[in-house]
Amino acid sequence: MDRKQEVLNDVVIKFAGDSGDGMQLTGTQFTNNTALLGADLSTFPDFPAEIRAPQGTLPGVSGYQLRFSSESIHTPGDQWDVLVAMNAAALKTNLKNLKRGGKIIANTDGFDVKNLRLANYPDGVNPLQDNSLEGYELIEMDITKMTREALKDIQMGTKEKDRAKNMFVLGFLYWMYDREMENTEKFLEEKFGKKPEILESNLKALHAGYNYGDTTETFTTQYKVEKAKIEAGSYRSIMGNQALAYGLIAASVKSGLTLFLGTYPITPASDILHELSKHKNFGIKTFQAEDEIAGISAAIGASYGGHIGVTSTSGPGLALKGEALGLAMMLEIPLIVIDVQRGGPSTGLPTKTEQSDLLQAYYGRNGESPLPVVSASTPSDCFEAVYEAVRIAVEHMTPVIFLSDGYIANGAEPWKYPNTESLPPIHVKFKTELGHNEAKFQPYQRDENLVRPWAVPGTPGLEHRIGGLEKENITGNVSYDPENHQLMVKIRQEKVDKIALNIPEQTLDNGPEEGDVLVLGWGSTYGVIKTAVEELLEEGHKVAHAHLRYVRPFPRNLGEMLKRYKTVLIPEINNGQLVKIIRDQYLIDAKAYNKIMGVPITKAELEEEIKKFLSVHA
Amino acid sequence: METATLNKAPLTAKDFATDQEVRWCPGCGDYSILAQVQKVMPTLGIPKENIAIISGIGCSSRFPYYMNVYGMHSIHGRATAIASGLKAARPDLSVWIVTGDGDSLSIGGNHTIHLLRRNFDVNVLLFNNQIYGLTKGQYSPTSEENKVTKSTPFGSIDHPFNPMALALGADATFIARSMDRDPKHLQAMLTRSYEHKGASFLEIYQNCNIFNDGAFETFTEKTSKADNAIFLEDGKPLIFGSNSDKGIKLDGFKPVVVDLNNGASADDLWVHDETDLYKAQILTRMFDDPKIEGHLPRPFGVFYQVSRPAYEEVLKKQIDWAKEKKPADLDKLLRGNEVWDIV
Repeated sequence: MDRKQEVLNDVVIKFAGDSGDGMQLTGTQFTNNTALLGADLSTFPDFPAEIRAPQGTLPGVSGYQLRFSSESIHTPGDQWDVLVAMNAAALKTNLKNLKRGGKIIANTDGFDVKNLRLANYPDGVNPLQDNSLEGYELIEMDITKMTREALKDIQMGTKEKDRAKNMFVLGFLYWMYDREMENTEKFLEEKFGKKPEILESNLKALHAGYNYGDTTETFTTQYKVEKAKIEAGSYRSIMGNQALAYGLIAASVKSGLTLFLGTYPITPASDILHELSKHKNFGIKTFQAEDEIAGISAAIGASYGGHIGVTSTSGPGLALKGEALGLAMMLEIPLIVIDVQRGGPSTGLPTKTEQSDLLQAYYGRNGESPLPVVSASTPSDCFEAVYEAVRIAVEHMTPVIFLSDGYIANGAEPWKYPNTESLPPIHVKFKTELGHNEAKFQPYQRDENLVRPWAVPGTPGLEHRIGGLEKENITGNVSYDPENHQLMVKIRQEKVDKIALNIPEQTLDNGPEEGDVLVLGWGSTYGVIKTAVEELLEEGHKVAHAHLRYVRPFPRNLGEMLKRYKTVLIPEINNGQLVKIIRDQYLIDAKAYNKIMGVPITKAELEEEIKKFLSVHA
Repeated sequence: METATLNKAPLTAKDFATDQEVRWCPGCGDYSILAQVQKVMPTLGIPKENIAIISGIGCSSRFPYYMNVYGMHSIHGRATAIASGLKAARPDLSVWIVTGDGDSLSIGGNHTIHLLRRNFDVNVLLFNNQIYGLTKGQYSPTSEENKVTKSTPFGSIDHPFNPMALALGADATFIARSMDRDPKHLQAMLTRSYEHKGASFLEIYQNCNIFNDGAFETFTEKTSKADNAIFLEDGKPLIFGSNSDKGIKLDGFKPVVVDLNNGASADDLWVHDETDLYKAQILTRMFDDPKIEGHLPRPFGVFYQVSRPAYEEVLKKQIDWAKEKKPADLDKLLRGNEVWDIV
């Protein structure tokens, strides 16, 4: 049969189904397949709040958003072109963001009376049949029935056969986007190699889906997205938490220090533990502690012993670690504290994203307890940013708080991976003996950066005691002297401030060096700010974008940069945290734009906001 | 590191003292414990630099400042967790945890039980004085019921912990009890703690002469000690009393006191076996209030000792196995399995 092939620049697909429907797996497989084509991509998995909400209900909907493009892209897209809806609840929760004219691939079996009722449609209403979807391209398929049919020769229960439904959908999409399926076949063989029936059912369903597209005359068009026009080089696909784990491993290899992770499972940070515990061949020690406090405490113990101590957590866990973090600050030893932020306060929205903890990272400890804070802006940026965090921790003898968030942690994008040689050095200086003029080891004697020596147990002649009590300058002995306390507080602050001399100056991501608006961001708002500013620049506006990796201390030129724009606009997925700090430090009337809904800011929303300030100056 | 200590004069207790003024209240039991630790350390044959003492918060936790080895005075309750990380990182170090009944059984109770079940090869010295001394006299999780303190003017209504039973319940591989007022016994128990491979849990009855004076005097004073304390020795029958004329016999699972002058034979007595878990559980339950008529004597010594691989050993084995199975190659890791090129 004659097929048309249409070339597209940019596609956003949303896979949505019940949390038991395997949508995350379908999404990641399609993503990996897309990556191999060389398209640029960005993903946004959207997990239900509950582990297993009742099947078929609205809270049970699990989603996976994938955008791929032959252009360079920075967000998973505001709206989708294709919505795969495995049931009525999936359609209902996702329809609002489907573009007009977009495609709906609906599993008709998921729209039976029971599913419609569970999705809270009024009695007798079926959106597939009441013309309410007019204006969209509705593709109805009885995926359940066709999957069962494809697997009729396999000896297994219906329930088990139905688990392969997602592979049917994936196969159909592979046809629709004219793909090879080898990577998924290989994946299934590796995953189910020891369970031949499950492997067979998945492979059969996958092929049945593909063939269905190929042979049914209903579908006449296949779509193709070309390789992206992005920087030349070798790429792989990477997720945020994975990149973060790799960054830590790389820092361990380059510094020659063993990595120790002391942690307690918490969403959305647990995958860092999962990933690192796979790589013990790098000498990595992972320790699943009894609680958050033990996690950081063990990491402090490991750092004290000369390892890179790391602890990973999310908001509530950081709150629990506060006291130990204060101790590490007092001890002045290297430590990496990773906070993969999520919706707060309290238990908040564990599966949703939020830039919730910048103020906690800045101020969330008793007393004057300054610590450097580093943040990642995209999934792949986690690698370089956490590597930097380790470098700062080791070279400046200080705990460093590293901020990621749920959106970055679970999102995927192409990564032009580095090679080991190109990674910057991390200078480790253990003190191994007394100097010529030293009669006695002084644990709080500092160098020009106010960094104290790292003398680990086992070093003869340097035996000393440290602790959380205020210590006398230089000797480190316990001291309650009032002048000494003020001096030490000032020294600890200055030590952190001086890190600004050992980090790069702030650069503009895009836009003119002076103008109407500087959009200043940190963390996962990177993609949306970049996209919005790019478009406004194309429209001729005087708008620029700067994105912070180092949020404490700020790069030394930041204040000067901010003053070159009429307005500094700070979009954040919180109630305005960076904006408070910027106003405080630079005494400028920075404007806040805040969205606190557990989801990223969209490009359209941000553009509209930026334009408010442009029109004022027009 | 070992070469540095060769051909040196043997260390003495003095080598382990620091230049810091010891600041416990005059008469505190901690002085005796410090003295015994300083006496025992040189006999263990560990280079000074390979010893690390980690403490939490409380009177006892000032201990590291007075020991000329590596030391950390950390935060309340977390010494056990910090020591766990240190030992995992540095199995070559001799790690000692100094803690009190509030530090390790109240705020740090959770870490204590997990340290014991994981069996890190560290030594826990629990200074038990049954009171909060540093905060000036509130009842602790080991204080007896009805205790009148600043925070319990009408008497405490908490039921106390039995530290030995708790430790054994957490599957500790070495549990022992000693006291500040018996230097020889304490020295012996410190040595045994060090010699045990795995987590050793040594409870030391320590008198707080300011806020809880005499809490243990029944067991420590000459006049009452012999009749109220029983000193356990492996392979020896359980005998006590000022004339060594009383013994413990097992009647089924129930320990009973018998009079050796009055018909009972030493052959019928319970013979202590440090490796017997079931009997160790009975020993930990010999925890009667000494004020009660007919109470059993309180055991001191090593209750139980068993060999189980230490956490850091197993961790090292697993890492060695992983390294052998798949040599570490960072470039290969970063590259992954699925790569594409943009030209």
